[in-house]
Amino acid sequence: MSTIWLFFVFFLRKLSGLGASASWLCSRLPGRFRSVAITVCLVVTWEVSIGGDMFRRVLGKTLGFLGYTVQYGCIAHCAFEYIGEFVACSGPSMEPTITSHDVVFSERLSRHLCRIEKGDIVIAKSPFDPHMNICKRVIGLEGDKICTSGPSDVFKTHQYVPKGHVWLEGDNLRNSTDSRSYGPVPYALIRGRVCLKLWPPHNFGALNQSPTGRIVKRSD
Amino acid sequence: MAQQAGAGRRYVRAFVSGFFVAVPVTVTVLDRFAYVARVEGASMQPSLNPEGNVTGSDVVLLNRWSVRNYQVRRGDIVSVLSPKNPQQKIIKRVIALEGDFIKTLGYKNRYLKVPDGHFWIEGDHHGHSLDSNSFGPALRTPWRARCSVKCCVWCSHGVSCQVFGVQTTQMNVVWHIRGFFFFQVSLGLVHGRASHIIWPPNRWQRIEPSIPPERMPLLNWHADATEDEEKD
Repeated sequence: MSTIWLFFVFFLRKLSGLGASASWLCSRLPGRFRSVAITVCLVVTWEVSIGGDMFRRVLGKTLGFLGYTVQYGCIAHCAFEYIGEFVACSGPSMEPTITSHDVVFSERLSRHLCRIEKGDIVIAKSPFDPHMNICKRVIGLEGDKICTSGPSDVFKTHQYVPKGHVWLEGDNLRNSTDSRSYGPVPYALIRGRVCLKLWPPHNFGALNQSPTGRIVKRSD
Repeated sequence: MAQQAGAGRRYVRAFVSGFFVAVPVTVTVLDRFAYVARVEGASMQPSLNPEGNVTGSDVVLLNRWSVRNYQVRRGDIVSVLSPKNPQQKIIKRVIALEGDFIKTLGYKNRYLKVPDGHFWIEGDHHGHSLDSNSFGPALRTPWRARCSVKCCVWCSHGVSCQVFGVQTTQMNVVWHIRGFFFFQVSLGLVHGRASHIIWPPNRWQRIEPSIPPERMPLLNWHADATEDEEKD
């Protein structure tokens, strides 16, 4: 009801197009925002029609500023989604390669081009909680045979990594929950490949090879 | 000469600036808000693609904003990134969420509790036809067999199928497979929720969430304290 009244006010002030979109937007908002939005729209309409040229200039500048914000926001989204992002790691599962509170740069291109290889450190979404990210090393790709028994077991058990999955393990084997506990991880959950360590500054640079020697040799 | 060079440079600048506005905005909208996709295959009949490829496939609008926090509801049709092929997206119906106990049809465990962070998806179709290009040379006599994991490209950890009929036309074999597609997938793989069918025009409709009554979950482990009251 109030949105229809809002549209009527816009119509009276010869701003029908803007009025239609404004009323539709206000009708989509939940209750507590709706009254605020309608008040703002009414004030703006009044000022634009009464306040004259100066207010129109201010409104034009504001809309231009919003346009730039949208454009740069979209460019930022594309950069973080397709080029790379900065990640702060926490937890002991990748020691000594990455320690807690390190900042690394993970690039997204190799994930989108499907060029993740064995031995890469990847950031992936956790299979059990999609809001959490995990940082592990790729030990085996699809089709590889992974030895899942511990070094102290007498009988060795093996598992094949299914199609479209990868086997992830942390470098700190004693203190890491990884594919040894939750199984192979779908490739599509991988977010990016860690390529550069940025903080702390004395450790700046590329990351080391796997210290565990668990990476599967080329499977035949 | 100078005017032509000036006009050319202005044109190039206008083109480049337009390009740098249009492409990021389009990519952001496709990644965050809405996505349009054509549905292929018959695993969701009769809800999607009811006549197969005869009259053309359905085109659906996928709402990516509503799944940004991985909130799916039972009965939604969602598109997920395939766990078998990371560049493919599959579209199925959500049957159960994390913590639900369900009764499965043809899976290795008869009753199953969906683990945390996962959800259970199924196709609506209870029978399916495939082309022989996946299977090899034609057979002349009909035969029954339980297809094994190695031979069937459709068999993932979630497909049980019984090959029960064959008809041959030269090298083309149509295998009638009484198959049923079901998956347990991680919530992180969810891509978007199919909200509307937008093509062909005689099939314009809003997709409503609904579960077939025989596929309802048996019970839920976590108490269903708050049901999401989304005014869509």
